[in-house]
Amino acid sequence: MNLNIKYFGQIAEITNQNEESIEFSGLIVSELLDVLYSKYSDLKNKDFQVAQNQELVLGDKEITGSEIALLPPFSGG
Amino acid sequence: MSRYNRHIILSEIGQVGQDKISKAKVLVIGAGGLGCPVLQYLTGAGVGTIGIIDFDVVELSNLQRQILFGSSCLGKNKAIAAKERLEDLNDTISIAAYPFQLNYQNAIDLFNQYDIIVDGSDNFETRYLVNDTCLITNKPLVFGAIYKFEGQVSVFNYKKGPSYRCLFPNPPQEGTIPNCSEIGVLGILPGIIGSMQANEVLKIILGIGDVLSGQLLLYNALTSKVSTLKVNRNEAIIQSILEEKNNFHKKQISENCEMEVLEVSIDDIISEENIQFIDIRESHEQPKIESIKVSHIPFSQLEQSLSKINSDKKKVLFCQSGVRSKRATQMLNELNITNCFSLKEGATVLNNYTKVSSNE
Repeated sequence: MNLNIKYFGQIAEITNQNEESIEFSGLIVSELLDVLYSKYSDLKNKDFQVAQNQELVLGDKEITGSEIALLPPFSGG
Repeated sequence: MSRYNRHIILSEIGQVGQDKISKAKVLVIGAGGLGCPVLQYLTGAGVGTIGIIDFDVVELSNLQRQILFGSSCLGKNKAIAAKERLEDLNDTISIAAYPFQLNYQNAIDLFNQYDIIVDGSDNFETRYLVNDTCLITNKPLVFGAIYKFEGQVSVFNYKKGPSYRCLFPNPPQEGTIPNCSEIGVLGILPGIIGSMQANEVLKIILGIGDVLSGQLLLYNALTSKVSTLKVNRNEAIIQSILEEKNNFHKKQISENCEMEVLEVSIDDIISEENIQFIDIRESHEQPKIESIKVSHIPFSQLEQSLSKINSDKKKVLFCQSGVRSKRATQMLNELNITNCFSLKEGATVLNNYTKVSSNE
């Protein structure tokens, strides 16, 4: 299935883009993360949450939506 | 014409709404990039009681975005400088400045005095402390955070909504996210995000519109794109924080990189004898201090000149305005050189003062 992945903050700096389209054949969120980790090894050291169709999801959640977002925490003020 | 006329003539607010604003009590954590616009608009709106907590002082590099401050504030504590500016903007409300660091010992008592907490802090440790204290004291938290060109806004702990920990359960590993070190930020960004926070505060007070609870708003200043993500309440995480309530005051804020620097006033030290005064200004800077004995160690050579520092004496560092000397004092602290203080007033005041004393 074709997924649109959105990146925020430091994650976008690592992937060098705000969003991209990825062809994904797996089932759950953590499998998608493995794909992204192998593509961008620096992601492994980063804290972020994953949202699917604008809703936060955990790693064991099935990928059903077409829009995924990788969201790091910000501390600046 | 009433000060609040433009609010009162809005049918959604009216005199009834303005009275609610006047009765509200809002505590703002940090008077920095986010805190300044939040405070500006809440003061303008007439929020009856406003608290400002910040232990830091105004530096020149703050003026690019921290809109309550001007050159005359350099070296001043931010909470106090903000209060002075805001009292000029609106002298009909009550403003309290807390010029110290928020910690596990003072947070609960402080939060209990307010209705709404606004987080404008600049580090994860404070953000988690603020979130957990809001959970324990059952106060809504208007959250805002920024990174370079991007911002996040949400309202946590509002009417049984999620908390920040439901979004990010634990602070990131140390060093993975640039924090105290300056990575740069677009000056207008905290203006935008802080204004959104002030807007959420007013909506909560007035009970109008849709409060940004259960949602995280993401703003990108470069693309002008706004996205919103849904955040669900995680009851287990919230309960685990509430269960720790009785141990809360025993926790300690760790040594973060914004180390608190000890500052002194001329009045405090002028009669003391065992002091090494250190002028950390560069050699061309005026006025020269001649009426008392001073060691000259320009900031640019400080690390190479540690042998000139007298370990037996109390060290008082000064510069032109008290800003660089604060940084220099922090540097010496980090090099484990103890008994160092930064002079608040700066060289001109010190010069006038010592001249007078030596003439007496």
